[in-house]
Amino acid sequence: MTLSGRFAALAFAALLAACSQTQPEEAAPPTDASAGATLDPASVAFFQSRIGDKVFFATDSALLDASAQATLRAQAGWLIANPARSAVVEGHADERGTRDYNLALGARRASAVRNFLVGEGVPAGRLRSVTFGKERPESLCSNESCWSLNRRGVTVMADGPTS
Amino acid sequence: MALKHFAAAALGAVLALGLFAAPVAAQAPLRIVITEGVIEPMPIALPRIQASPDAAVLAEEVRNVVISDLSGSGLFRIIDEAAYLSDGGSVDARPNLDNWRVINAEALGVSDAALDPDGRLAVRFQLWDVFQGGPLGDGIIVRAAPGDARRIGHKIADAIHLALTGEPGYFDSRLAFVAESGPKGDRTKRIAVMDYDGANVRYLTDGRALVLTPRFSPQGDRIVYISYATGEPKVVIQDVGSGASEVLGAFPAMSFAPRFSPDGSRVIMSLADGGNTDLYEMSLATRQLRRLTSGPGIETAPSYSPDGTQVVFESDAGGSQQLYVMSASGGPATRISFGEGRYGTPVWSPRGDLIAFTKILSGRFHVGVMRADGSNERLLTASFLDEAPTWSPNGRVLKFFRETPGPQGAPAVWRVDANGRNLRRVPTPGAASDPSWSPLLP
Repeated sequence: MTLSGRFAALAFAALLAACSQTQPEEAAPPTDASAGATLDPASVAFFQSRIGDKVFFATDSALLDASAQATLRAQAGWLIANPARSAVVEGHADERGTRDYNLALGARRASAVRNFLVGEGVPAGRLRSVTFGKERPESLCSNESCWSLNRRGVTVMADGPTS
Repeated sequence: MALKHFAAAALGAVLALGLFAAPVAAQAPLRIVITEGVIEPMPIALPRIQASPDAAVLAEEVRNVVISDLSGSGLFRIIDEAAYLSDGGSVDARPNLDNWRVINAEALGVSDAALDPDGRLAVRFQLWDVFQGGPLGDGIIVRAAPGDARRIGHKIADAIHLALTGEPGYFDSRLAFVAESGPKGDRTKRIAVMDYDGANVRYLTDGRALVLTPRFSPQGDRIVYISYATGEPKVVIQDVGSGASEVLGAFPAMSFAPRFSPDGSRVIMSLADGGNTDLYEMSLATRQLRRLTSGPGIETAPSYSPDGTQVVFESDAGGSQQLYVMSASGGPATRISFGEGRYGTPVWSPRGDLIAFTKILSGRFHVGVMRADGSNERLLTASFLDEAPTWSPNGRVLKFFRETPGPQGAPAVWRVDANGRNLRRVPTPGAASDPSWSPLLP
């Protein structure tokens, strides 16, 4: 994700947080939201920012809580409405586990997200899953405020930018 | 005394160092017993190698390697040259041991060096028991190309270790590791191999693909590791010498946590099928996969016992990450970790007696050891993140990586004796993780 794209995503994430509560408490502060007014609803940017491409997990868990499920229902609706899109579901872990275990945990998380999307009607053939374990943290501090953001499942459009 | 008293040892050829282990004296031999207690390093004198002029520089390099190996082990102390009353004298003559007794050297290593007609460096070495007054085993000759002079030093240090502890050393060995660079959120990782002491670093991958957890074959000639070159984690096998590599297995699942069997004929690994991670064993001859576990939990990080009959691994089947042992052909598993906290990355000692592991307890990471039945757990280290122990070839030392916290945090390789002594950082060119110790080189 480019820097500008990331800022845009944060802005929309803040917008979205008010209604869907898909972001954890540590979500980004509100920023200028007007930049997204002209987004094409079929664009990857729209998916990332308005729908929300991430869900978050508790420590050592792959359970999808209510807010994660709400996000994934919205993702499924978008994917069904955009049938040309295929996606890779990435499973990530925080840095507080061993490398092999975190790869397995990331696989479990990616699979939980993928299975939920399939259950909501997204054709399984359009969704791959991959684990990154603890290899690609998005937030770099070493305390719970960052770890909670790194325990994530990210739905990445196969033809979109990687996160 | 003629050359025939020396056991010839040429790098790359069959070694005759075994002669060094022959019984050396009717009385109690000079010996360090590697035990748990704090021990005083044994004082040794290593006078300069008597070298022909064309071999002098290389000889000095060899000696420095021997000194670094032995003092770095924590078992030996090399008495400072300034205290020596004489030089070492001829390798072919009996030294005047009185000169070494008065400076309290318990052992004396005498050596000479010359260039052979073919350009190779030849070093002859003889160890003496200063207080009992006899030679410690036969002498050795080690020959190598000048570029391999360091390995001559490691061979001599290993011979001294064997003569004085009764156990093989670990100095002529290598470490595979992951060399890390770039920001924490988007690390560039390369598989690298270096001498056990940090010399001669060589990179086996170019950093384009994310790579993790290299592990040496029991012959030291190949490694297995994880590569994301295809976009998802796959076990890759690579020849260390030629660099030729190949993805192991053309199956759709993600594969990781590979390790060779002790005979080198099989690789055990985890496959993630959907969200479920289980253990599989692949024959390298046939590429046939055999499934070893089938529960719904995470089963990963497998490691064979040295005789190849058992596997220790981690599983969260009981609710949290714990260590289990099962037959190498699968079947029921027995839990062996019962302390507080979570346990991972079990590695069976080459001696068979101990299993090293990572323990996560109250937000701290430890490297520890326990007996193979899970008893006598001992934690050797503690930090924000200590992980992934790997055994020295003789099962007496562990290397692991320690990562510092925060946005600028980075991993480094450390070593610690299996009894908890002599914790030190291992030099690497930059940040480094996932160490794997090779066997002793031939």
